[in-house]
Amino acid sequence: MKRNALWSLMAGLGLLAAASAQAQISGNVVKIGVMNDMSGLYADIGGPGSVVAAKMAVEDYLKATKSSLKVEVVSADHQNKPDVGSSIARKWYETDGVDMIADVPTSSVALAVNQVTKDMGKAFVNTGAASSDLTGKDCSPNTVHWLYDTWMLAHGTGSAVVKAGGDSWFFLTADYAFGHALERDTSEVVKAAGGKVLGSVKVPLGTADFSSFLLQAQSSKAKIVGLANAGGDTINSIKQAAEFGIVKGGQKLAGLLVFLPDIHGLGLNTAQGLNITEAFYWDLNDGTRAWSKRFAALHGGKYPSSDHAGVYAGVLHYLKAVDAAKTDDGAKVVAKMKELPTDDTLFGKGTVRADGRKIHPVYLFEVKKPSESKAPYDYYKVVQTIPAEQAFRPLNEGNCPLVAKK
Amino acid sequence: MEIFGIPIQAMMGQLLIGLINGSFYALLSLGLAVIFGLLNIINFAHGAQYMLGAFGAYLLLNKLGLGYWGSLLVAPILVGATGVVIERTMLKPLYKLDHLYGLLLTFGLALIIQGLFRNEYGSTGLPYAIPEALQGGQNLGFMFLPNYRAWVIVASLVVCLSTWFVIEKTRLGGYLRAATENPQLVQAFGINVPRMITLTYGFGVALAALAGVMAAPIYQVSPQMGENLIIVVFAVVVIGGMGSIMGAIVTGFGLGLIEGLTKVFYPEASTTVIFVIMTIVLLIRPAGLFGTQK
Amino acid sequence: MASATPTPAAASGVAQTSTPHSAAGTHRVAFIVMALIFIGAPLVGVYPVFMMKVMCFALFACAFNLLLGYGGLLSFGHAMFLGSAGYVSAHAAKVWGLTPELAIALGALCAGALGWVAGKLAIRRQGIYFAMITLALAQLVFFFSLQAPFTGGEDGIQAVPRGKLFGLFELTNPAAMYPFVLAIFLGGFLLIYRIVHSPFGQVLKAIRENEPRAISLGYDADKFKHRAFVLSATLAGLAGATKAIVFQLASLTDVHWSMSGEVVLMTLVGGMGTLFGPVVGAAVIVSMQNYLAQLGAWVTVVQGAIFVLCVLLFRRGIIGEIGHLLKKSL
Repeated sequence: MKRNALWSLMAGLGLLAAASAQAQISGNVVKIGVMNDMSGLYADIGGPGSVVAAKMAVEDYLKATKSSLKVEVVSADHQNKPDVGSSIARKWYETDGVDMIADVPTSSVALAVNQVTKDMGKAFVNTGAASSDLTGKDCSPNTVHWLYDTWMLAHGTGSAVVKAGGDSWFFLTADYAFGHALERDTSEVVKAAGGKVLGSVKVPLGTADFSSFLLQAQSSKAKIVGLANAGGDTINSIKQAAEFGIVKGGQKLAGLLVFLPDIHGLGLNTAQGLNITEAFYWDLNDGTRAWSKRFAALHGGKYPSSDHAGVYAGVLHYLKAVDAAKTDDGAKVVAKMKELPTDDTLFGKGTVRADGRKIHPVYLFEVKKPSESKAPYDYYKVVQTIPAEQAFRPLNEGNCPLVAKK
Repeated sequence: MEIFGIPIQAMMGQLLIGLINGSFYALLSLGLAVIFGLLNIINFAHGAQYMLGAFGAYLLLNKLGLGYWGSLLVAPILVGATGVVIERTMLKPLYKLDHLYGLLLTFGLALIIQGLFRNEYGSTGLPYAIPEALQGGQNLGFMFLPNYRAWVIVASLVVCLSTWFVIEKTRLGGYLRAATENPQLVQAFGINVPRMITLTYGFGVALAALAGVMAAPIYQVSPQMGENLIIVVFAVVVIGGMGSIMGAIVTGFGLGLIEGLTKVFYPEASTTVIFVIMTIVLLIRPAGLFGTQK
Repeated sequence: MASATPTPAAASGVAQTSTPHSAAGTHRVAFIVMALIFIGAPLVGVYPVFMMKVMCFALFACAFNLLLGYGGLLSFGHAMFLGSAGYVSAHAAKVWGLTPELAIALGALCAGALGWVAGKLAIRRQGIYFAMITLALAQLVFFFSLQAPFTGGEDGIQAVPRGKLFGLFELTNPAAMYPFVLAIFLGGFLLIYRIVHSPFGQVLKAIRENEPRAISLGYDADKFKHRAFVLSATLAGLAGATKAIVFQLASLTDVHWSMSGEVVLMTLVGGMGTLFGPVVGAAVIVSMQNYLAQLGAWVTVVQGAIFVLCVLLFRRGIIGEIGHLLKKSL
């Protein structure tokens, strides 16, 4: 009897020890929710492709590290509406056991999810939202911002274009927060580099016809027509610029936020010569090439956008941090993500800063002429590589409350 | 020389572009004016039918190899035929009820059509090339005018004026107008009024589809293309006068011009200026600019 | 609406074969059932935030139905009241630090004020023209919401604090928030019930049935219609202001014209001109959006199909059909 009791006690203690050594994962499953625009303007940039990327990341991580984590991926469509996004986030966190939300490339939704995530102590690995406020005044200990923001785009494309001779600008700006921010940041860069902003026009979101605004751009005689818009608006304005002979008339277009799928939709005839800043391109090196071919095989032959690559890298780093921190508590994991340096095939070496900003090198591309392209998706040539420390807004300029004032 | 700080050359360019956009408004509101003005059906599916025309052109090109010029004829006929089916099966039972029901029904149809196409084709637009014969453009001095856009103005004017002529000046148009005023009497004269109404609805729908085909090369062919347009077109018809064909045409072109000017002076408001005008017109002249109070 | 063709409300109304007493009795029972469902749902595990969403939209639909079903006026712009009240209450709670009940009251009052102005402009016209004016005004409100800095444009007003009710009860606790929303909903519903069954409501119905006759009896039709419009706007604002506090967000979706379309759908599905119809309609539509969300764009198709079917076959709506079967007006 006594020996049995002793054995039970020891077994019990042993189990207890084993349990505390294991990670404290809520519900025993790490659940990742990929939320983005699945059927609207940005569906090709994020959309179902991001879910594919997330699942690839989970698979690759578990295979490479033989981790004992159980991971699930769910997804939802936020329809680019902040109220839909915040409702889904709330429900996911409160009743569905989701621990981390990934993607959310629409800024207005990202800000809402950022708030809900902070309130509920979960984690948010954002890829693709443009708002630099996510690591600025709205920064949160539960959020990591991957890929790009308006500051990076403005400094990347803006300074490079001005250096190449484009010193007078006219902006076509999508009339909402993102467009205004992009125009404002780029104007600052242009002026600081010695250029002039000759004018700008605010275009209501979702306008189908840009002819009137393009005409204004033409009559301003600015050397560069800056497109401070995204998605369908960018595609439309580029198409119609070609129709109205903007480029033929000697002006150049600067697409401030353009993704590979946009170029694919436009075709090289229309898009050639466009200057773009992106953080990822499938053809940069052997690592990116191999990954992108795997991705394309799982995604109907479509090559990944930089948003897809960002989701992959972000999820990978998150899982690493969960294992290292042995918990899925949002703030603790994000703190771990800032502690651990990142190293993956897609973005190379980088770090996550105190304000949640992930930094990595970015590239200035130029869209190839049709004669220079040898295969579908062979669209970019690298003009310049911008190192990580220069590409993003300096840590102390963002007004992030998490950054200790020196 | 400058007007309000805008050089006259730039102003002329903006007005011309305004006319181009106005052509679409005119074509679309023409179809709606025919349907509402004559048949008293509030056709909220008009925007979706415009979209069907554009998709028709896209599909005809990509599945059957039928180019732009053929689609100009075939797509409106096909979409008009669907209109005939809708009228026969769903709208007819509602005539004896309040107009509200026709509105709700067509609104529901619009949702169905748009939803189905969104599922199939996603939301990003599909490309449709400008036909070869109309590519390129003319340098007019004050602006570079693409040939296709000039064609749009011309074609739209021709269609609008011929329709107005048929309805207001020919015997067929006379029968139609009489039939909507007093169906029983006209039926007693031996004219098949229900059939005429069905065909007229189909014609109005075909006009929407025609506008869609013409829009395909310059605007994105996307399932949402009619959504935002529909309330603007309704506003145009209301301003022009619900019963007046000429009113719809004039207001359509007029709105294009006013919107063009707004885009120069206060571009953020360019999508809203129509509603300001509509409110003012409805308060001063409720029957619209050209309408007669029924 | 022309009096020659049957108005939608009349189509769903039923010849009163029951005495006023038994009608009130049926209503009392129905009300108690409805209250019990809303009280009990979160206790059996239905997600409370979902139920609160249903209640807000139910109140919105009831307010809309007051104007349409009982006043006979179809407004295409009711979203302007829902949304503007939401913005006001969100701003009041977040920037001015008002307690939630004050923020909501302020939102509702502002919607009422907007309704006063809009009503003055719209009541002058009838039928489709009335609807178009409300649509135009709603579009102007949308434009204002888009451009005004305080509304936050595409981002909306985010991180709205739920605050402390009366300065005492912390509303971030669902156990406090839910009864508060329930009280607002039931209160609003009872208010509408009182309005409909009051002399004011009777005159309104008379005007809807036969305006010239009502005028000949000495009633100022425009004044009554205007008052109904303002009441409907205020209650719609109450729903919107509450919703902003529940979801801690006020966004453009609530002033967009598709929201005006949705409330028409809710009322149509539930039963125009019935008391409980809009509640049922709101529950159906909100549930559908929630549970069919995975289907993405199919939700639009399903909504459209419901519209079409209701117009062709179920003009009375769910409650209207039930009421017709039971030969009582619900």
